[in-house]
Amino acid sequence: MGLSRSEPRSGEQGPERSEGTASTEITSDMPWTLTTLDKLVNWGRSNSLWPMPFGTACCAIEFMATAASKYDLARFGMERQAFSPRQADVLICAGRVPFKLAPVLRRIWQQMPQPKWCISMGACASSGNGIFDNYAVVQGIDNIIPVDVYVPGCPPRPEGLLYGIMMLQKKVMNERSGDPSLRNEMEPDPTSQLYIAPSLIDELSEPFGNSVHQTRSGL
Amino acid sequence: MVAGSAAGSNAPAPSTPKNVPLRGGEPNPSAAALKQQFSGGINRVDVMWGETTVIVDHARLHEIVHWLHDDPSQRYDYLSDVTAVEFRDLEQPLEVVWHLRSLPWRRFLRVKVLIEKGAALEVPSVWDIYKSADWLERECYDMFGITFNGHPDLRRLLMWESYKEGFPLRKDFPLRGRFSRSEQLRQALAANPEARYSKDELSIAEAFEDLPSDMRRRLGTGEKVGE
Repeated sequence: MGLSRSEPRSGEQGPERSEGTASTEITSDMPWTLTTLDKLVNWGRSNSLWPMPFGTACCAIEFMATAASKYDLARFGMERQAFSPRQADVLICAGRVPFKLAPVLRRIWQQMPQPKWCISMGACASSGNGIFDNYAVVQGIDNIIPVDVYVPGCPPRPEGLLYGIMMLQKKVMNERSGDPSLRNEMEPDPTSQLYIAPSLIDELSEPFGNSVHQTRSGL
Repeated sequence: MVAGSAAGSNAPAPSTPKNVPLRGGEPNPSAAALKQQFSGGINRVDVMWGETTVIVDHARLHEIVHWLHDDPSQRYDYLSDVTAVEFRDLEQPLEVVWHLRSLPWRRFLRVKVLIEKGAALEVPSVWDIYKSADWLERECYDMFGITFNGHPDLRRLLMWESYKEGFPLRKDFPLRGRFSRSEQLRQALAANPEARYSKDELSIAEAFEDLPSDMRRRLGTGEKVGE
């Protein structure tokens, strides 16, 4: 049915069509649209985000509720949960990350192919949650990997996570492929001005944890 | 009659005790037997909330636990926990605690050894009696720095093996650790997550000969699969 509409109907439409020259006339009943390539690509990306759940604590239970039938993550194109970083687009870190897990999380993030995004779900993943301000817990995963959307809550309700996902979809829709800093994964050069010395980071981060020195490019 | 009970068919079925006093309840019969068997090795017997705590001599701990495990009148066949307690009070000694349970006799016994402040943090390992002591003692070593003499593989369990800041559950350990946040993070990120597991730990060593030859070759050369 759809195909038959796009076929030229020479008998009814385009009476001035001459043979030999390419037709530039677009008739009103032909299916066509105008857009930028960015928009088309971003539309595709934002509606087929494959999440990789990195669940370490109670937030993972809420993530499971979000993925289950009542809240149904599949509505947002997240039908397929990728439990392998190689096939994932979005890393959803749900739960606190101890220092022992930090290299694992960093490795998983590095294993994900571009384009990739990260959602930090819950207060622990976003900031260490205050009550875990101790010797063992990373004070926010933005110390290890770049984060696109922070979802607050302890744990966040499924609606909260869905809202975060929709925010990420909006963010993906607004990406421009011409932006040179978009997929920049460079580690900061210690000689450059972008580099912040660890002692300075300590000064900035004490005693309120991280989040003041987060960068899009990692540590 | 309860299946598996060592007390025989005439023993009453166990029931939840009621109106248990805070102190001075009926002690576990094992305490009296221990006093008879190791008269010099038992320093004190406490009963609190109906649970018996036996404070034993440091040097005779292994012998006592061995007897509790083997003697047919005791048969403490389950070691449920090994841990330690440190108090803020500088006078009070550090305690190492073993939680023993006798499934046949339906008994619970808490065995403690006191380590005076300033003394070496060393106690004998009970790994040769209970295999479950393996990780429990490793955890206790990891958190308190207590050396269990005779443990075959006393490494850190919860913290990573190259952790340099000390023993987190000791009272002199600062809550946020000794190093700065960025230093902690740098050290943690420098760790190789795949290097922590030895072939022995994955118990693949036992099955090594049964593996296909190509897998044996790959494991033998230490090939990494996660890169």
